[in-house]
Amino acid sequence: MALKGLDIFKLSPKTNCKECGCPTCMAFCMKVAQGALPLDKCPHMSAEAIAKLSEATAPPMKTITVGDHKFGGETVMFRHDKTFVSRPVYAAYVCDAMPVEVQDEKLAKVPAVDYDRIGEHMYVEFINVNHFEEKSADEYLALVEKVKGCGRGIILACTDADLAAKALEAVKGLPVILNGANESNYEAMCKVAQAAGVPLGVSAANIDALHDTVAAIEALGYKELFISVDDKSIREAFAQAVRVRRAALKNGDRTFGYPSIVHVQRLTKGNRYMEAALASLFTCRYGSVIIMDEMDYAKALPLYALRQNIFTDPQKPMKVEPGIYPLNGAGPENICATTVDFALTYFVVSGEMERSKVPVNLLISDAGGYSVLTAWAAGKLSAGSIAKFIEEQDIASKISNRTLLLPGKVAVLKGELEAKLPDWKIVIAPNEAVQLVKFLRDMQEAGEA
Amino acid sequence: MPFTDKPQVFGASINALTVGAEGREIVLGGSNVLPLYSFDAPIPNAPRVGVEVSDRGYDKTVPGLAEFYAGCETVPEQAKKACTMEGCDFIVLTLDSADPNAENTSVEDCVELVKAVYDAIDKPLAVIGSKNIEKDADLFVKVADAMRGKNILCLSCREENYKQVGAGVVLAAGCLVGGESAVDINLAKQLNVLLSQLGIPSTSVVMNLGSAAAGYGFEYLASTIERVKNAALTQNDQALQMPVVTIVGDDAWSVKETLLEESEEPEWGPREERGIQMEIETAAACIACGSDAVLLRHPVAVKTIADMIKELV
Repeated sequence: MALKGLDIFKLSPKTNCKECGCPTCMAFCMKVAQGALPLDKCPHMSAEAIAKLSEATAPPMKTITVGDHKFGGETVMFRHDKTFVSRPVYAAYVCDAMPVEVQDEKLAKVPAVDYDRIGEHMYVEFINVNHFEEKSADEYLALVEKVKGCGRGIILACTDADLAAKALEAVKGLPVILNGANESNYEAMCKVAQAAGVPLGVSAANIDALHDTVAAIEALGYKELFISVDDKSIREAFAQAVRVRRAALKNGDRTFGYPSIVHVQRLTKGNRYMEAALASLFTCRYGSVIIMDEMDYAKALPLYALRQNIFTDPQKPMKVEPGIYPLNGAGPENICATTVDFALTYFVVSGEMERSKVPVNLLISDAGGYSVLTAWAAGKLSAGSIAKFIEEQDIASKISNRTLLLPGKVAVLKGELEAKLPDWKIVIAPNEAVQLVKFLRDMQEAGEA
Repeated sequence: MPFTDKPQVFGASINALTVGAEGREIVLGGSNVLPLYSFDAPIPNAPRVGVEVSDRGYDKTVPGLAEFYAGCETVPEQAKKACTMEGCDFIVLTLDSADPNAENTSVEDCVELVKAVYDAIDKPLAVIGSKNIEKDADLFVKVADAMRGKNILCLSCREENYKQVGAGVVLAAGCLVGGESAVDINLAKQLNVLLSQLGIPSTSVVMNLGSAAAGYGFEYLASTIERVKNAALTQNDQALQMPVVTIVGDDAWSVKETLLEESEEPEWGPREERGIQMEIETAAACIACGSDAVLLRHPVAVKTIADMIKELV
């Protein structure tokens, strides 16, 4: 159970040595209790105290690392309570029961979705390789061999421990999750996963059996686990995903303190619309690895964007990189416009500008990730900051046009900006982004843009 | 140690609010568990799906709708057709053309259209205004007056016109009103308090907490809905226990991902498919966070979201 700061303080050295970075031992203990600092930041804690406290202060949910991806490590049920830390990944699905041509076709589609959005690379991170009992080991291994060449993380979905060991040998050194432990095979599967050093996915007939199976594997000494939630019905899958996460984070049940695997592909049976709906549902509600049938742009564009939204830290605004963003094929001869680096502002403004089809060089300066008025009020957006940006980025030599649109909400900056940028024509743009389309088209008609 | 679940069943609940009358009622809200947590306690009324039709007709910019509404010339005919979408629970008529900066359709003409639509359909009706504050104040009052006893839902009044709209729609005509606030829990609560100070019973009010497409500030909407539901249930905050209605279609079909033609982004594939998925994924996320009703446009999105809800609740 979670400890209070005072309980920890009783066992602390109480010397206020400040070596942990906190002004007093009391302050340190309060932070440990909140989970803000690890106990080992204090160099003077006695071994006895550490033993007593480490179990109680350990995070409620383990962080499992697979290659470059981190899963789990969440501390809250809702992002507004603090923040979510590990975004889910999406996996494409292949199995050994598919004809070889279908396998090839599906694997060929994996790299199709690949783009950047606000500094985040969006692509299909994993491939789930499913084994069916009636298929031979050779057929499965041949498929694994093919998936190996795709450069993606691999989920080996296989309940046969001997075959799993062979498949793991084939993908040694790659980011892999072995998913296939259950009530009847967990001992053998655990041995195989442990030997290969890969995390093990665990499923069971119901949530009670799931809990018992995870506990049994932990008793064998292995704690690199994923909870593979029910794949028989949408209702049960959602219930398990929520109940498992709630048990770990709210009720202090560490046995369920692991990230999840959700089989959207099995739940939707080829309905790509339901697949999109469930991928979205489990992105909001406690999926860590979400297995889809396949990814395409229609599914991916909203889904990855949703993930980016939900998994931002509410205390840190999403920012775009400062720089020159040429829109609608703008070149040096086209007008400039400026706004802040707050991602939402950038998206709304650039979206409307693109709709206008008028070429514009959008200049994004560092405004601390705030919206226009907030940045202005905080002193992050001023005539000085805009002029400095134009100088630092050497806009004068990159762009020959000397018209600059200023957000209507900071029209007050016009005079000062004209004084700082004497050879520029400063034009006040509308207050709201939706008015930009008409505004830019009118400028274009008047020959001003 | 065996697994012991601790279901979160609250003493408080979301208000159950009946929309419609005369044998075509639906109930929004009424639950005393977190959104979709039907494993904690039965959820009496599942989230609902409304289909939007504008007074200018169905949205011509949405591919696929022309086929669906083929042969339906008038707005009432289209509204009637929208009722046949699989999963459609109610119809939402948007009085876009009443905006003084657009066609400025007169209040009288709007009232006639609302009556005609109501008579044509066999589902409950909600009406969205022109979004012009002064016009809406007059518009909603007269629309509700003509719809006495039909228990229609007027979406939405804002802080600037809640007095006229609230008094006219609920107190005078006995219909239902939505309170619209920018994506912010405090503003939403304030508007609800103002409405209650007019003497409007909280069981005649829904909340429109704003809208956003996935990727466009959706995190603010998601967290606002989640915080509202948490306050309503865990703290028994009666000023936040109104059902939440979220408009999805409008934003979903007006972002870059759904507006750009295939010729401009060939990799992205057909616009229709992108728009359907944007509607579906945004609506599914809204429902996960706690929306009690979502408003959509495309028949495939309507069916998919209704099917998802059926599976979960």
